[in-house]
Amino acid sequence: MSELRDLYQDVILEHSKAPRNFRELPAANHKAEGFNPLCGDRFTIYVTTEGDSIRDITFQGSGCAISKASASMMTQSLKGKNKAEAAKIFERFHKLVTGLEPSNGEAELGKLTVFSGVSEFPVRVKCATLAWHTLQAALEDKQEPVSTE
Amino acid sequence: MSTAANKVDARTQTQPRGRAGGLQTQASALDIEKIRADFPILQKTVHGKLLVYLDNAATSQKPRAVIDAITRYYEGTNSNIHRGVHFLSEHATAEYEAARQTAQTFINAAQAHEIIFVRGTTEGINLVAQTYGRAQVHRGDEVLITAMEHHSNIVPWQILCDERGAELRVAPIDDRGELQLDDFSRLLGPRTKLAAFTHVSNALGTINPVKRMIELAHGKNIPVLIDGAQAVPHTKVDVQALDCDFYTFSGHKVYGPTGIGVLYGKSALLEAMPPYQGGGDMISSVTFEKTTYNKLPYKFEAGTPDIAGVIGLGAALNYVNGLGIENIAAHEHELLAYATEKISAIPGVSLIGTAKERAGVISFVVEGVHPHDVGTILDQEGIAIRTGHHCSQPVMERFGIPATARASFAVYNTFGEIDALVRGIGKVREVFA
Repeated sequence: MSELRDLYQDVILEHSKAPRNFRELPAANHKAEGFNPLCGDRFTIYVTTEGDSIRDITFQGSGCAISKASASMMTQSLKGKNKAEAAKIFERFHKLVTGLEPSNGEAELGKLTVFSGVSEFPVRVKCATLAWHTLQAALEDKQEPVSTE
Repeated sequence: MSTAANKVDARTQTQPRGRAGGLQTQASALDIEKIRADFPILQKTVHGKLLVYLDNAATSQKPRAVIDAITRYYEGTNSNIHRGVHFLSEHATAEYEAARQTAQTFINAAQAHEIIFVRGTTEGINLVAQTYGRAQVHRGDEVLITAMEHHSNIVPWQILCDERGAELRVAPIDDRGELQLDDFSRLLGPRTKLAAFTHVSNALGTINPVKRMIELAHGKNIPVLIDGAQAVPHTKVDVQALDCDFYTFSGHKVYGPTGIGVLYGKSALLEAMPPYQGGGDMISSVTFEKTTYNKLPYKFEAGTPDIAGVIGLGAALNYVNGLGIENIAAHEHELLAYATEKISAIPGVSLIGTAKERAGVISFVVEGVHPHDVGTILDQEGIAIRTGHHCSQPVMERFGIPATARASFAVYNTFGEIDALVRGIGKVREVFA
């Protein structure tokens, strides 16, 4: 049960039930769709950039608690960051959920460290990173939807 | 029973407990405890709990008899078949062909050469699409399937129809997950070259009225292929009584090894069909000018086959025969009735697929919880179920959901395991409360 509690931390459950920035962004100048064919998770990420800076970021779609909470918290933590900072945070986040980095990188990851429990559930890494890969595609203006397979 | 004993025994409890009135337990003809002992993997613990394996529609576990048959083959018989004059080759050939006869008897095919060994149901369907289909389906023709098919009974026909300029028609299902038979009948038209449909739905458990469907198709001279992947493990199949033209199933869902399955076809149809793959064993003679194909069934078995797999499949079918498929069906029917009663009584849980006739499968969703999260939490309890779209995305779309959680049963499952599943779902609701 303790591993389960590590995975489904209250913050994650709370975000999955009431996701932040969960809406379309009509003014977005970047947009991408990502899906996880294994479980049917599907998200669209909308981004408004100004120069190098992420002015606004929102998402829509459906998925499991992990993927939805991750998308929600991603939008919160990347708003106002520049692209290089966002890429750096994703890199740290990816290391965190794959267990390559201990969960003490608080300074950069902040609240996102609640996802450290994912590393004990390798099949769920794709859920935790789906929104992030989709954001990357949005910023690179990739036309093809992102697939985790 | 003391609480401690209760804890130890709960998971292998072979009789229903705390059952509400109405459902009577028949004395099972099978000793489930004894059967469980035949399956080594069922002794395994997962996350510190005794494994509760409820993902049998994906693949069943293998009894010792199957594992031993494969080991015995590799340790004592291994050699290539149909060509050697030496002792081992003759012995291997005899075992391989004996398994074909076992499969023939199992589905009551009229002749052994109507049994073609393939990799599984998927290959069986692709074989028919690529041989019979390519020879018979032309521009403007139609292939009819149903809205409850597995991707493997959709995509091969899409590929064929795209290639031939033909149209894939789909007979709809209702809100319970039952085929709308009138629409099916109406869609059998003058251009329909084949009707291909599942015997039992993998995502919903619906048992189709295949006998009636075949009669309807044959009434219009349309041949029929049946996807029997989810039916063969759970119900007696008699291809002659059904009068189907093709029937295909996978070994690994009926206690056999992965990578082997059976395509049954009526002799006359198979004779008339072009070969599937070219290679060794499927020929009578080869020159650079002309090749004469081998007779049935070898015409469709190019290359060295999965000999150990075939022998393992034979052992699996013999194992099922030993228990009696009717006894298996009766036990599973009780499990399904018990699970349906218990799971549908949990607040916030709805069943997806409530057809009157179902086999082996219970699909459900927990309100406010994605099936993937249900699967992870149950896994922590040592309970293996399938979550996702079950390779049936159109079915999910029909019900307006991305995925379901699916528990599916085999002969070794117990009422205690269903109780464990119910407790697990309780835990899911706790975590997400």
